[in-house]
Amino acid sequence: MTTTTTTGTTKVYRVYIKATPQAVWDAITKPEWTRRYGYQGIADYDLRPGGRYRAFAIKEHQQAGMPEVPVEGEVIEVDPPVRLVQTWRPTWLDEPATRLTYEIAERHDGVTCLTVIHELAGAPQTMAQVNGDVEGAGGGWAEILSDLKSLLETGAPLYG
Amino acid sequence: MTIRSPILILVNDEDLVFKALADPTRRALLDSLFVRDGQTLTQLESELEMTRFGVMKHLRLLEDAGLVVTRRQGREKLHFLNPVPIRLIHDRWIDKYTEGHTRALLDLKAELERDEPEDRT
Repeated sequence: MTTTTTTGTTKVYRVYIKATPQAVWDAITKPEWTRRYGYQGIADYDLRPGGRYRAFAIKEHQQAGMPEVPVEGEVIEVDPPVRLVQTWRPTWLDEPATRLTYEIAERHDGVTCLTVIHELAGAPQTMAQVNGDVEGAGGGWAEILSDLKSLLETGAPLYG
Repeated sequence: MTIRSPILILVNDEDLVFKALADPTRRALLDSLFVRDGQTLTQLESELEMTRFGVMKHLRLLEDAGLVVTRRQGREKLHFLNPVPIRLIHDRWIDKYTEGHTRALLDLKAELERDEPEDRT
């Protein structure tokens, strides 16, 4: 795969999910949910400004060579269940922390709009990872959000 | 399987995506955002031989389909390529078992097409 020439350093991903904002919030912040979709990392949030965030790799992924804590960060802003801002840094890359914002908005028809804004200035390798541009490293946010939608709407993830 | 509301049956999200993609100008706009994400209308317009109004109309259809998401930054309205709707279609039609075969065929295609004519026997 060729490298993307991206000068814009912010990425925006949006998905509509037939679920309540609280269900979407829980799926992002609670470990019993985060291990069921996407990269199956076990989220550990101290949900207050300045609080620590860590994602632990499940045992199978650690045995496959993933670090125990593949991603770490710091909580910046918490407004459940509508807004979460944090820093986000893959521990195996020597790049600065990026800024990640989750916006959760309820629509009138029982559908929740989840927008993920990832500001990736100065972190091209992190950008390639989360955009799904790294061969053999998964589909990034698009895959995670598709899987999350499947999990919340049908009770089953796509790739579980 | 959940029951969809009448409006979602009439206009399925996937229909909007396919319709939005079925136009070369709109695909050109997505290509432009793929290379450089977060552009303004003026920036996007400069690459196309089309009126500002025409470009706005196309962007509106891309936004309705969820393929473009806009965000305000100060006075500017920035346009971002949202790959999730395409991923949803991918996940809907290509499951994890067939993906391997599809990938193998795409790799084969890339391999064959990369060869210079004189290299072929």
